[in-house]
Amino acid sequence: MSWTAWLSQILAIVLALALAPLLMGWINQCRAWLQGRRAPGIGQPYRLLHKLFHKESVIAEAASPFFRAAPYVVFGCMALACGIVPTLSTELPLSPAADAIALVGLFAVARVFISLAAMDSGTAFGSLGARREMFIGFLAEPALLAVFFTASLISQSTALTSIVENLAHKEFAIYPSLAFAGIAFCCVSFAENARVPVDNPATHLELTMIHEALILEYSGRHLALIEWAAALKLFAYSCLGIALFCPWGIAEAEDPLALLVALPALFGKMAAGGAVLALIETLSAKMRIFRVPEFLATAFLLAVIGMLVHFLLGV
Amino acid sequence: MNIAALASVSLQRQSSALRVWRGSCQADVWLAAAREVAEGGGRLVSLWGCDRRDGAGSGHFIVSAALATGDGLLCLELPLTADNLIYPDLTPHFACAPRLQRTIYEMLGLDAEGATDFRFWLNHGDWPGDYFPLRREASAREDLSGHEVVDYPFIAVEGDGVHEIPVGPVHAGIIEPGHFRFSIVGEKILRLEERLGYKHKGIDKRFETMPPLQGHRLAGRVSGDTTVAYAWAYCMALESATGIEVPRRALALRALMLERERIANHLGDLGALGNDAAFALGLAQFMRLKEDWLRLNDRLFGHRLMMDCVVPGGTEADLDAEGVVALLAQCNAIECEVRALRDLYDEHAGLQDRFIACGRVTPKLAARLGLTGMAGRASGIAVDLRADFPVPPYADPEVRMATHRNGDVAARVIVRFDEIVESLRLIRHWAAALPEGPIRAEMACPQAGFGIGWVEGWRGEVMVALEIDCGRIRRCHCHDPSWQNWPVLEHAVIGDIVPDFPLINKSFNLSYAGHDR
Repeated sequence: MSWTAWLSQILAIVLALALAPLLMGWINQCRAWLQGRRAPGIGQPYRLLHKLFHKESVIAEAASPFFRAAPYVVFGCMALACGIVPTLSTELPLSPAADAIALVGLFAVARVFISLAAMDSGTAFGSLGARREMFIGFLAEPALLAVFFTASLISQSTALTSIVENLAHKEFAIYPSLAFAGIAFCCVSFAENARVPVDNPATHLELTMIHEALILEYSGRHLALIEWAAALKLFAYSCLGIALFCPWGIAEAEDPLALLVALPALFGKMAAGGAVLALIETLSAKMRIFRVPEFLATAFLLAVIGMLVHFLLGV
Repeated sequence: MNIAALASVSLQRQSSALRVWRGSCQADVWLAAAREVAEGGGRLVSLWGCDRRDGAGSGHFIVSAALATGDGLLCLELPLTADNLIYPDLTPHFACAPRLQRTIYEMLGLDAEGATDFRFWLNHGDWPGDYFPLRREASAREDLSGHEVVDYPFIAVEGDGVHEIPVGPVHAGIIEPGHFRFSIVGEKILRLEERLGYKHKGIDKRFETMPPLQGHRLAGRVSGDTTVAYAWAYCMALESATGIEVPRRALALRALMLERERIANHLGDLGALGNDAAFALGLAQFMRLKEDWLRLNDRLFGHRLMMDCVVPGGTEADLDAEGVVALLAQCNAIECEVRALRDLYDEHAGLQDRFIACGRVTPKLAARLGLTGMAGRASGIAVDLRADFPVPPYADPEVRMATHRNGDVAARVIVRFDEIVESLRLIRHWAAALPEGPIRAEMACPQAGFGIGWVEGWRGEVMVALEIDCGRIRRCHCHDPSWQNWPVLEHAVIGDIVPDFPLINKSFNLSYAGHDR
């Protein structure tokens, strides 16, 4: 394993930790502009994290040690997820440790921990949020797996780095199977990252919350870790989307200078992706919670169609 | 039913443009009249008690029922002697009666005979159960600590998989305090029970011994978003008690302010309704319009919400020619933008999917439960004081009532949009032809008298009953239409899902402060 490999690995994690709040800030800024409001500064999420880390953490009397541990587990899961998603380079030493299926599992572990922690304090909202989160999770996971299967059918591997390497070497054209998988992936991302139209990250209405209801009992550094983890998750999903469906510009093995190209490319793609996300969020209303199964079933169906198209057309 | 049918009661017509009759009768006639009004499609506007004993302890307690009939408002007083503090229960005829009766008990110790719910309503344990704040002997300065506070017994729903969600009184957002106890299965609401009274401030007690010419300021603070309606209702009551004539210009200005208040609230709520469905664009745009609207209020009348602008005898602020121009220009600008936003709401599939069939109150249910005001009009209850019993300047031009029959969130949104357009039309009409003359009539403080004010605020009919004795306020009862509509909300959400509650609640947007007083 070369030093460049480790460099890109460390860079990938550090970059994710450092830039995830920036992506959040950028999306919030775009949303504000699109709504015709004056936007908060792009660094607002950093200020939020700074504030929360300096605040006292209040814990419910009835909470068990599990409640305290969960934010660290969730944060760890998300940081690791960012480590195995090819952000800048496809040469990642950690990557063989976990393939696409393990990545889905990693997200699931975080989900289970945060849901159990929400129920741990025994409040009605925690259980309500946990129930909704699992409800959405069990519908989103198969769709996400189906998306990965479509991509791995093309590259004959479930390792994320080889999928991306393979896709990056394909000539520029529209691949029908990937187009279907891409739309499915977007739908899943909205659901998994608690964005409109599935959830509303900016809501103050406790009865409609999904993700926010889970974390209502958290405060101080615990809340900071969870907020940071949520930003990391969105960052990981964005990187995944970019790596799978728009991989051009990513650096490959034995080419340290390519990182210099990969970084601005990533920035550009992220900024565009964030703006599109903000646009979709601005234009849509949150759907009734019982429409979410239809929405995610559609995503699953599209991913399966992608797979079938691959078998039929061979691309 | 009409007023003339009540031959057994000697009724007195109030000396004002408002059609109000007042009379006193015994329990059997009182109950029969209430039943007759209910059967004739009338409604209970308010129910309140009063201690009319003199210092020596002789005299009566009074229970007053304000009943809306096809002819106008009928205010029937039932005197109760100190040895028999019982009056007939009105629950069989009017669904909104129980909470009003519970309040009468905790304020005055008067019992509704036949009532089944004896839980305290506004008293959350702040004073002992045998202390009645509105009785003459209560000074409200006693030391009331040290009594036992018991938990409020909510009605439990039992069954497989039923669980409870307690929400509030402290909410995740900045809204008024109220507690909601949901019994749910999965996401479906089986039952909702409200617990209100967190904003009880003892306004009724504060009114006592206040000089009548200052009461409008307190009345205007019963519910801040309805300040013009309350202040006008109070002044209407005071003016009819003294029998003075308010200048025509002042009446036009009052109506203009009332319609501006209606528009401001509808704008805010339409934005909030969009936001509750995560359509933040709607909130941002409507809030911008509302902010412009409130700033012009501030410029023209000296207060963003127009607090203290309506005063006994007239209005505080006048409108000059330049103000009229600014007002008319803003009406045109806002109408244009509201129409564009209405198209946006109407054609937004995601938003309409949330609004339609959500929180439905059918016209039949609305009639049975006595839904009133804007929410009532969205459920086919075509009642609007501005059209039914217009006081000047409302008869000219006539108000076109906005109604709908679906009774869901979408219907309430439509009625709000329609009312904005109609109010803009009225404002334009009055502003273009403001009568010349003074804006305020000289008023002397009356020594004694009784008057009722009845105004269609933006939520519904606001009523103020004012009793003056020895140059001071003896009793001032302010009634918010939320008393009628809060119980209906409990029915509106049955069968809906929990995440739809905020949307349904916001579509009614009932007052906590006005209800809790």
